[in-house]
Amino acid sequence: MEKVGAVMVVGAGIGGSQSALDLGDSGYKVYLIESTTSIGGVMAQLDKTFPTNDCAMCIVSPKLVETGRHQNIDLSINCEILNVSGEAGNFTVKVKKNSLYINPDICTGCGVCGRNCPVEAIDLFNEGLARYHATSVKYPQAVPLVYAINKEYCIGCGVCAGVCKAKAVEYDRDDEIVDINVGAIILAPGFDEFVPQAANKYGYGKFKNVVTSIEFERILSASGPYAGKVLRPSDGDIPEKVAFLQCIGSRDYTGEGQPYCSSVCCMYTAKEAVIAHEHQHEVKPTIFSMDIRAYGKDFDKYIIKAQEEYGVRYIRSRISSVTEIPETKDLRLRYETEDGKVIEEDFNMVVLSVGLNPPNDAKYLAEKFGIELNEYSFAKTDIFNPVQTTKAGIFACGAFSQPKDIPETVTQASAAAGCVNQLLYEKRGTLITEKSLPPEIFVAGQPPRIGVFICHCGINIGGYVDVPEVTRYAKTLPNVVMSDRNLYTCSADTQGIIKEKIEEFHLNRVIVASCTPRTHEPLFQETIREAGLNRYLFQMANIRDQCSWVHMKQPEQATQKAKDLVRMAVNKARQIAPIDRIKLPVTKKALVIGGGITGMVAALNFASQQIDTYLVEREAELGGFAKYIYHTLEGGDVQAYLKDLINQVKSNKFINVYTNAELEELNGYIGNFKSTVIYGEKNERAEFDHGVVVVATGANEYKPKEYLYGQNENVILQSEFEEMLNTDSIIKNKKSVVMIQCVGSRNEEHPYCSKMCCAEAIKNALLVKKINPSTEVTILFRDIRTYGFKEKYYRKAREEGIIFIRYDENSPPEISTENSSLNVNVNSVKAGNLSIPADLLVLSAGIVASHEDNEELAKMLKVPLNDDNFYLEAHVKLRPVDFATEGVFVAGLAHCPKTIEDSISQANAAVSRACTILSKDEIEAEGKTAVIDVARCIGCGMCVENCAYNAIELIEDRRFGLVASINQALCKGCGACSGNCRCSAIDILGFTAEQIYAMITGRL
Amino acid sequence: MDFEPKILGFLCNWCSYAGADLAGVSRMQYPPNIRVIRVMCSGRIDPQFIFEALRVGADGVIVLGCHLGDCHYLEGNYEAEKKFDMVKRFLKLINFDNRVRLDWVSASEGARYAQVITEFTDHIKALGPSPIGGDNPDKKILNNLKAIEDAASGDRMRALVGRERKITEQENVYGEQVDLEKFNKVFDSAIVEEYQRHRILVSLEEDTKSIKSLAAELEIDPSVVLEHIVCLKSRGQIDFGEFMGITPMFFKM
Repeated sequence: MEKVGAVMVVGAGIGGSQSALDLGDSGYKVYLIESTTSIGGVMAQLDKTFPTNDCAMCIVSPKLVETGRHQNIDLSINCEILNVSGEAGNFTVKVKKNSLYINPDICTGCGVCGRNCPVEAIDLFNEGLARYHATSVKYPQAVPLVYAINKEYCIGCGVCAGVCKAKAVEYDRDDEIVDINVGAIILAPGFDEFVPQAANKYGYGKFKNVVTSIEFERILSASGPYAGKVLRPSDGDIPEKVAFLQCIGSRDYTGEGQPYCSSVCCMYTAKEAVIAHEHQHEVKPTIFSMDIRAYGKDFDKYIIKAQEEYGVRYIRSRISSVTEIPETKDLRLRYETEDGKVIEEDFNMVVLSVGLNPPNDAKYLAEKFGIELNEYSFAKTDIFNPVQTTKAGIFACGAFSQPKDIPETVTQASAAAGCVNQLLYEKRGTLITEKSLPPEIFVAGQPPRIGVFICHCGINIGGYVDVPEVTRYAKTLPNVVMSDRNLYTCSADTQGIIKEKIEEFHLNRVIVASCTPRTHEPLFQETIREAGLNRYLFQMANIRDQCSWVHMKQPEQATQKAKDLVRMAVNKARQIAPIDRIKLPVTKKALVIGGGITGMVAALNFASQQIDTYLVEREAELGGFAKYIYHTLEGGDVQAYLKDLINQVKSNKFINVYTNAELEELNGYIGNFKSTVIYGEKNERAEFDHGVVVVATGANEYKPKEYLYGQNENVILQSEFEEMLNTDSIIKNKKSVVMIQCVGSRNEEHPYCSKMCCAEAIKNALLVKKINPSTEVTILFRDIRTYGFKEKYYRKAREEGIIFIRYDENSPPEISTENSSLNVNVNSVKAGNLSIPADLLVLSAGIVASHEDNEELAKMLKVPLNDDNFYLEAHVKLRPVDFATEGVFVAGLAHCPKTIEDSISQANAAVSRACTILSKDEIEAEGKTAVIDVARCIGCGMCVENCAYNAIELIEDRRFGLVASINQALCKGCGACSGNCRCSAIDILGFTAEQIYAMITGRL
Repeated sequence: MDFEPKILGFLCNWCSYAGADLAGVSRMQYPPNIRVIRVMCSGRIDPQFIFEALRVGADGVIVLGCHLGDCHYLEGNYEAEKKFDMVKRFLKLINFDNRVRLDWVSASEGARYAQVITEFTDHIKALGPSPIGGDNPDKKILNNLKAIEDAASGDRMRALVGRERKITEQENVYGEQVDLEKFNKVFDSAIVEEYQRHRILVSLEEDTKSIKSLAAELEIDPSVVLEHIVCLKSRGQIDFGEFMGITPMFFKM
């Protein structure tokens, strides 16, 4: 069957949206199918995100807006999958688009229908804490901003049709069934949270002040029901003592919940506790948990900060029941401390940190798409490639395959897109249409002829602002040659009117006074461009979101303000000029630095798309860290996988491998890099051009100075132990093996978790038991961090008699030697001082990054490192494999400690991100960039330091000496340089000082 | 001195008003307490008229229209019935539903008119003076009445009452007939919610208040008050004031 250059993405949360954006940007037609009525998923419900406490909505909404507007993404909401046929490269999916009863093409999202709906129904987005109406959007920032009628609650009164000025309500609108032909499918349906049953021991649903963590998230949210105030539902008071109970529905073998660890709860709970205290200082949070699983990048630091700066109290205990004190509605918890004391304590509110379940329709989806589910009903995926389902051409990303956090989801989303690239790269660009535009009208030097279009927005503006008056007023302003008002300026017919007016009045500047440029500027810019005007000859005045809606009771003042805003826009419009977006060629070749698994996977992905790839490895052999790993905890044969990879890489004609190689020089910028490599035993030199860089330089195992390592031959590292277990049978002679966790991790020198060591220790311990069941294995730990499905092996280890003893960070185990035998003395938190004889002491050494090596490369690439010397990505949540410097990507251990599977995902993700560049013949830079007046520049270099994108460098100018020079390709137009320039030598196109002054004087 | 109640009557022009005239033509005697306001159709009678009458101290309010099926305007009295039903439900919430009555009197029923008026007057006499009439009105009932008056005039109740007959007896916009039980469920919860919300607003006119004091005043659970607060805030009618310790205070915008 012929392959198809289109992809279906099922589920439009942050994962699905990322996949869609990557693929849309890489030249594929994307069908993004969402079951609810807006995109954004769970992330859009969150208040803040860990570990940076970024506002979730602030960071996600630009992505959602981009997804909603992307010309290659066809977004359908309120959909169901009916049937799937075909095979990898060519699937046909029958999709039912359930009617919204509101025409999404006409609906402007003004919300009049919702406000007039007499049927108030529970609102899902606020998790039942607030009421919304049968006609509603899920939340105010929803994308697409289209209202939908919830037929379940609607009584069909017809009020909404009456009040809708846009005539968008169509009660007879039918469901639509369509067949969509695609080459690949990405499943990103996310998860459903665990809901405690009504008759549960925590009193959820029975006691008002027991809420789930996702409900608490809405309580914290500024756009939530309580406007961000932390209040308890029983009486609206601030709860001073809040208890967070972890592992609700997770690590649960009673059958009520799930046996696996939900991975994210430890962190989101810490975050909710911190944010609650931040919002309301009266709140004193207490977190009850078994282990604290803060295994991700910078997570441990966050936990420490929560405890030390926010006074979050951690108690290691699992609460068995909650009772309510009827008079106060407070809640009484009974718990046992680690040392065995039973304590009763009252709290004002209890938050249940509920786990992540597979999506409720997982079985339905699996059946329709013909993929298998695992034992927990999550999507079953390949042991080494976590985005590959059991069916070729169908990929899974995000929480559908295992509970995971946002950056891991985004990584997998890009990884899935990376795998789609491998499958469909030949069909790139076949199903997308480039819009043909008329040549731009030459307007430079001509006097401004401004047209102003003022929007009534139904009654949203017109009901409060005297629009006819503002329209008359606009006409009186200098250079305004016409002004007009429209019921909805954004409607399709008005776009036609705008184009006609541009022609009729020879307009060369256009102003729309309506809603917000954040959502609507691109639409109007497109319209004037279609009429032949440069996109930047456009201005917007926000007279709805920031005027009519906020001054509803003061119509006169609102009208005056609208006039002022229009006048300011006119003043600016008189100053604006066309801006050209420069176009840069792209060298369609890739450089991958590092020849471990990560680097090789990335190189092979590039190569499979026939992209010439240079793979640079410092050592003589490819393989990296994986050379010392035999199996994964889950049983994957690493050595066989590695051997296969190496063979593939060596035999691939698109990959040029340089071993014993060092990068000597790297210059250039996105799409246009030039590198020099010194390689081989003879120090040969190679030079090549490339368009992107993937940093996959890995990390090292910590070499302990503690616990007699290197001094006593019976003290070995976990990696050495693994080799021993896999290559000889010496273990049969050992009676007792003791393992110490967190050696070189989570301490002052390395204040982070190395993520893999718990799994490694349990893997090797289980192998010991398999080889010789009589060997005693004791694991000394601080927290056992077998997150996700790895929990199964922790459980198994306990069942097999492996002994786990927790020690406190402040009293680490001590080693004594007597003759040749070792004794491990440990202060068990539970059992007091213990002395354990050990034939072998195995140290779970952490992962460390080399400061010297990484800093050198980081400087060359102009990318940052974090405090722990790992590479720092552009954004820890939403751009996990990108750097702020465009065209450069990071993957694998270089980014932070992670598993092989995660490294492979990152490698494929980096390729996908890179393909958004390499798939294009040329890239268009942002037009609104900084420009330098070299005559004024004194070459002080401050702007070079201010630039977050490394877009400025100092160059020698023939006439003016040392001056700053801006690389238009890298500049994002933020203006940080301009605001600091001492000689006013830098200006920002589109926001020039002159334009801003014009607005200021227009205001006064 | 005997209690002489003040009774207000709303009579439709074509039937009950004519019936009243006939009683006069026939010289039928009935108590003198009623003052009649003529409207063209009982369907004209806005629920607010009735609440307003009660609020200014009427001891009783009676609405009379044509018998069902006889309306001069075809179906006006059916509409009147729905509106009056809402009035009764609202008044029941505040235990004040026994001073209003809806009945039908045709143009030929002079005797019946006299009888209805006599009965109603006796009924009101037996009840005694309205607690909100006179110089010392009961503040609480007055506040409650103000709340239902506001609630009944809101968009939500008007939309429901206005569409009830169409969607439960004929068909809604989807061409379906809405089950009366389903409609009543929606309607009843709307009545309770809107009353409580407006009662909160009336109360907040006096002073800023906490959720707990509002709950005590309204004799409902604080968690329910909180839900209403969330809704009123989203409608832009109230906002957070100061915190008294851990307790937020709210004020009316």
